[in-house]
Amino acid sequence: MLSLRGLTRRFGGLTAVDAIDLDLAKGELVSIIGPNGAGKTTLFNLVTGLDRPDAGTVRFEGQDITGLSPERLAGEGIARTFQLGRVFGNLSVMDNVLIGAHTRLRAVKPVVPVIGPLLELGLALLRPASVRDEEERLREEIKAILARFGERLLPRIDQPAYSLSYANRRRVEIARALALKPRLLLLDEPTAGMNPTETAEMQALVAELKAEGLTILLIEHKLEMVMRLSDRVIVMDEGRKIAEGSGEQVRSDPKVIEAYLGHGLSGTSEQESAA
Amino acid sequence: MSSWLDYTINGLIVGNVYALVAVGLALIFGVSRLINFAQGSIYLVGAYIGWVAVVQLHTPLPLTIIVVAAAAAIVGLIIERFGLRPLQNSVRIAPLLATIGISFVLDQLVMLTFSPNPRALPSQLPDVRFQVGGGTIGPLDLLIAGVGLTSALLLFVFLRYSKLGWAVRAASQDRDAAMQMGVDVNRVNQAVFGIAAALGGVSGMLVGMYYNQIDTAMSLQATLKGVVAEVVGGAGNVPGAVIGSLLLGLVESYGVAVFGTSYRNLFAFLLLVVVLVLRPNGLFASARQAPPEPLTGTFIAPSRPVRIPWWALAVAAAGFAVLPLFPVSFYVLQTLINAWLLGMLALSLTLVAGTMGQVSLGHAALLAIGAYTSALLSLTLNVPVGLAVIGGGLMSAALGTLLISPSFRLRGHYVSIATLAIGEIVSLVILNWESVTRGPIGISGIPPLSVFGYDLISPTSIYWFSFAVMVVLALLQGRLLTSHLGRSFRAIRDDDIAARAYGLSLNRYKSLAFIFGGFAAGISGGIAAHLYSYINHETFNTQQSILALTVVILGGLGNVVGAMLGAVALVGLPEVFRIAAEYRILIYGIVLLLLVRFRPQGLLGTM
Ligand SMILES: Nc1ncnc2c1ncn2[C@@H]1O[C@H](COP(=O)(O)OP(=O)(O)OP(=O)(O)O)[C@@H](O)[C@H]1O
Ligand SMILES: [Mg+2]
Repeated sequence: MLSLRGLTRRFGGLTAVDAIDLDLAKGELVSIIGPNGAGKTTLFNLVTGLDRPDAGTVRFEGQDITGLSPERLAGEGIARTFQLGRVFGNLSVMDNVLIGAHTRLRAVKPVVPVIGPLLELGLALLRPASVRDEEERLREEIKAILARFGERLLPRIDQPAYSLSYANRRRVEIARALALKPRLLLLDEPTAGMNPTETAEMQALVAELKAEGLTILLIEHKLEMVMRLSDRVIVMDEGRKIAEGSGEQVRSDPKVIEAYLGHGLSGTSEQESAA
Repeated sequence: MSSWLDYTINGLIVGNVYALVAVGLALIFGVSRLINFAQGSIYLVGAYIGWVAVVQLHTPLPLTIIVVAAAAAIVGLIIERFGLRPLQNSVRIAPLLATIGISFVLDQLVMLTFSPNPRALPSQLPDVRFQVGGGTIGPLDLLIAGVGLTSALLLFVFLRYSKLGWAVRAASQDRDAAMQMGVDVNRVNQAVFGIAAALGGVSGMLVGMYYNQIDTAMSLQATLKGVVAEVVGGAGNVPGAVIGSLLLGLVESYGVAVFGTSYRNLFAFLLLVVVLVLRPNGLFASARQAPPEPLTGTFIAPSRPVRIPWWALAVAAAGFAVLPLFPVSFYVLQTLINAWLLGMLALSLTLVAGTMGQVSLGHAALLAIGAYTSALLSLTLNVPVGLAVIGGGLMSAALGTLLISPSFRLRGHYVSIATLAIGEIVSLVILNWESVTRGPIGISGIPPLSVFGYDLISPTSIYWFSFAVMVVLALLQGRLLTSHLGRSFRAIRDDDIAARAYGLSLNRYKSLAFIFGGFAAGISGGIAAHLYSYINHETFNTQQSILALTVVILGGLGNVVGAMLGAVALVGLPEVFRIAAEYRILIYGIVLLLLVRFRPQGLLGTM
């Protein structure tokens, strides 16, 4: 489904992502782990079009998508969450998640060349029945998505995102990604900053999504969660892929242990808190 | 006839002056990621202090330079301490608005103290010229070059060898890391603002001597030129700012040589727009580098908007609608007509700056486009006035959006610079395109407002007409905000990276916001043209842009009701308190500053 070949990104003298190859089959969940600064987030940026590689290719469903804009890639069904959280602070929970469904708007966004945007403006102002129905359907659907987070988000549906707790903002991001009906979902440390209960909830949710057949690429520091969820694990260090295989294989790989120890304990301390 | 060498020397000298401004801007941008819109005002203050020293105190030249540098530095320190330091933890829009407000206050203070009339600033140097190759060079040229080089050398030594200079460099490389290493950011800011202000002040004085004339219009020009030079060199890049300045000086000088003096500024702003579009990080940075701005945190102050029940709004609207039926004075109606026209402009700006997050400083250009279009349509093509006004709105929507589109890739402060420059370009084109716009003479004899063949001459009918138009525009905008477009605009404002990752095209939605907003502003300009019956290239100026911005902040960014309320308040209150016209702009500037500091969400809250 997704295949990366020789993907490389340099920042000045630093090679943040160094000739990475990766293949992801439909329905698979692959985790990427590695110490801080290994280049994991940069890799996500390259796949989602927020950054362009200096070399290498990204193919998605057989198509070369290297260097396409993030808008285009969202339209192709690639959704992601951000490591530090990028919710729309002044938008309500509902509106945040509705933005996730933006690429699915049809009635209000007719695909007509040149005057398409003007029609969009006109339809937004006139709001004929087709547009109202579409909006109504999406709102119902989003309530269903929010219900997956139990009582965490539903009671706060009209609150602005800036007023939510940190963990709830992370949940809004995931809900927003789900509203896109993604074919490929990229999660960048979805449990960062969460306590053990919240982490367990998130882990259950990701397991559910996987069981539903969603293809997922996951960056995560909490090894416990990685071991339980992943079909395969890829370990990155200083931009390179240093190991790949099942959780067990990777865990006992001496190169991996060295990479983690060699970079201080930033990665390990989080493992302990997760355990 | 002057030789090319003369133009080159002139270009380098002028470039040297720009460099003094631009280096200060670059230093400030480096450590605080802020484009200091007040830099030109300090330059203005420097010029007038120079005038006081030379003409009234008869100080010798070296002492004049020292006095100007010291006084300007004090102004810079005051701005840093009282204008910006309290905003350190505010939203990103706050310091931007603060420097705009400070700039207005300083300019107005200078104008009120010294009157707006130009003054001569003698250079105190012998009036001789030396022959160099095919050109000539005077002692003042040498002085400017000398001051430029000396400042560059002093700055280099300071940054390179002093402890504070090291801290400045550390803070501009990575502010957070520098703070963790114990760098005192307040001291760094002080140093940077003091140096920038001293250089800017001296620069203003030298320019005054160079042209032997100073006036209050210098301020905006200097800010613009300094910013152009700085952006060309790469924001925050000090050597880049010097090279950018020299380049700008040469481009202008050669441009003047070929096309004539009135095109000088046009070249500067075109250079800016070209650089912003092709190399937004300056000529010396790799084009793909991430923009040097913090990407986290909200741009506008988060707040819950005050919900006003619809019946209260209906009652207020009805009240204003029946007002002319009561015995109110002509004066009251006139004031409120002005408020409604300003209200339309504010609706436009609150959509663009508030809902969409594109703080436009050139919004008066949209008025001008609407006004000229409507005036020319009705005068030269005999289009009925009602249709001509709509034509003005459409032209403003189309042309305004087209002109602004180069800035769609920019963020935050850059948008403000680009729109400021585009606004200046529009006014310069109006001035120079005589065959269409009648150039500096302006357009007179514009027919009065009329709808469906009925002339609107009485103040009452004009009042009703403009009020109705504003209410219709407000209702449309309210409807827009509750649609998926309102949501999309606000999402792009809050986080354009996340918005793009979810399929929102910045070009598409920023265009739509400017089309809608441009229409409202164009209608306002069109109506104004028919009311005034005479317009020229200065009718719609930067002061109106700033007034509209103050209205928008006062009402609450993005807040439709707030925009109208703000317009009534800012137009009405000075009348109620009978404040003399020349103090009003000063008061608007102070209001803007107080709002940013104490109530960033405005009266009714941001949306
Ligand atoms: N825009 C950028 N400009 C310069 N360097 C960058 C940029 N983005 C990332 N880097 C550098 O690239 C390297 C990889 O960063 P990245 O964020 O991909 O690491 P990561 O594996 O996600 O780390 P973490 O576990 O801390 O999230 C780091 O050294 C980082 O400093
Ligand atoms: Mg990361």
